[in-house]
Amino acid sequence: MSGAHADSKIFDGAQSVDALAAQFLIRRRNHADWTADDESQFSAWLSQSLAHKAAYWRLEAIWERADRLSALRVAKTEDAAESSLQSRITRWRAVLATIAVSACVVASGFLLHAPHTIAYSTPIGGHLDIRLTDGSRVELNTDTVLRASLSDHERIVTLDKGEAYFQISHDRSTPFFVMAAGHRVVDLGTKFLVRRNADRVEVALIEGRARIETAASSHPPVTAVLKPGDFAVIARDTVSVSKKNTDALADQLGWRRGVLVFDHMALADAAAEFNRYNNRKIVVVGPSIAGLEIVGTFPVNDIDLFGRAVKTVLGLNVERHGEEILISR
Amino acid sequence: MADTPDIDRAEDAALISGDLLSAGDLRLWFVREVLPLEAVLIQFLMRGGRSKSDVEDLRQDVYMRVCAIAQEAIPAQTKALVFKIARNLLIDRVRHEQVVSIESVENLDVLNVAIDEPAPDRSVIAREELRRLQAALDKLPDRVRCAVIMQKIDGFSVREIAVRTGASERTIERLLSDGVRALAEIMLREPVDMRRTT
Repeated sequence: MSGAHADSKIFDGAQSVDALAAQFLIRRRNHADWTADDESQFSAWLSQSLAHKAAYWRLEAIWERADRLSALRVAKTEDAAESSLQSRITRWRAVLATIAVSACVVASGFLLHAPHTIAYSTPIGGHLDIRLTDGSRVELNTDTVLRASLSDHERIVTLDKGEAYFQISHDRSTPFFVMAAGHRVVDLGTKFLVRRNADRVEVALIEGRARIETAASSHPPVTAVLKPGDFAVIARDTVSVSKKNTDALADQLGWRRGVLVFDHMALADAAAEFNRYNNRKIVVVGPSIAGLEIVGTFPVNDIDLFGRAVKTVLGLNVERHGEEILISR
Repeated sequence: MADTPDIDRAEDAALISGDLLSAGDLRLWFVREVLPLEAVLIQFLMRGGRSKSDVEDLRQDVYMRVCAIAQEAIPAQTKALVFKIARNLLIDRVRHEQVVSIESVENLDVLNVAIDEPAPDRSVIAREELRRLQAALDKLPDRVRCAVIMQKIDGFSVREIAVRTGASERTIERLLSDGVRALAEIMLREPVDMRRTT
């Protein structure tokens, strides 16, 4: 019995030959962890009877014919220039990042028993591009949890943690709210970025306008309308808004292309950024080097490239200790 | 061999002797020659008001027996062989059921209409195939269709679909399994004009 599938046995005497054939087919074609054991179990079943063979061949033939459907795949919309970078990014990551999601994800609510709230999440280093039923597009950055609840009269997305980029399909009659730590961002026809780290919420407005409203519990509640280039930070219920130029905003969205862009960023901050995306953590040892500045563009998962850059450009020691990368003078 | 059908092969002019088919050849022959006959075969098996599950059992039985024969000798006339086997199975069935339905026995002789059914249309152009696939997709239940679209059009794995939809991988596997079975029924059983004359 295969370890990978020990929890979900393939054989089930109660199943029809067709059902079993279908299950083998789907598993066999989908699982990277389809083991030699699984394969021999499958071969044994197949050679048991010509009825099994016929059933399997029949479904396999249809499933292969259905490959033609890939002609309907929506063409990639961006990232053409990023191909060299993308190639550095692990395969599944790249797939998630670049494949345009077809209209069906829109309907993914069908797959849930409670279609009204859909939760999406990404692991550390993950990236997910989703299309909501209203046509809005949401991109989840690393280590993010988000819930979407869309109804006919309002659309609410709750950011439980992490970071997401919103491209809202504006509809005055159905307002779109992003909730984060009790604060609310109200779409007024926009593209914006929301990042939540515990109680700290950052909103960067890329295009259009949005209104932020701090939690009802804040004293006093604050409301501010953001314009393109505005960067709002809500911390301890106070809002501070600063201006960022287009380049800085583009840098902040680098993760959408799988990169981190540092423009004179403090070493400690840059390390913290990397640590969001990777299980191996960078530790900057000593306050004297924490403020040294870094400039450069790095694939989010290429800690080693970052380490080499730090070593050669800043002349610091970079050592690997287990899952940690220590940077010291 | 256990799978050898009990039909009288000496009488079967449809067979020519030949080399043993390899498993790969058998598969290829089965997919190219036998599967396209499914629509007509099902129509034939359904006569006499059999239940759906009965018809499916018979179909599987026919396929098994057809493969057993083809394994030993390449049939010159696939269609004749398939329907001969189907006919024998039905006669067997009628005997076992011991309910001699005159209608079902009579119907067995009408099967000739299907015999010179045109060969499967292998010249189906890609666009036509795509259209048929899309039409078939439209007939799937919503959740099944979604899962199939995400796998075949978006190119996502079961795991990726699960992540995107919040459903479990088991659920997605089940939906895809249902999907391939339903697609097979739809794609292989589009109405065939039985009265086509050559």
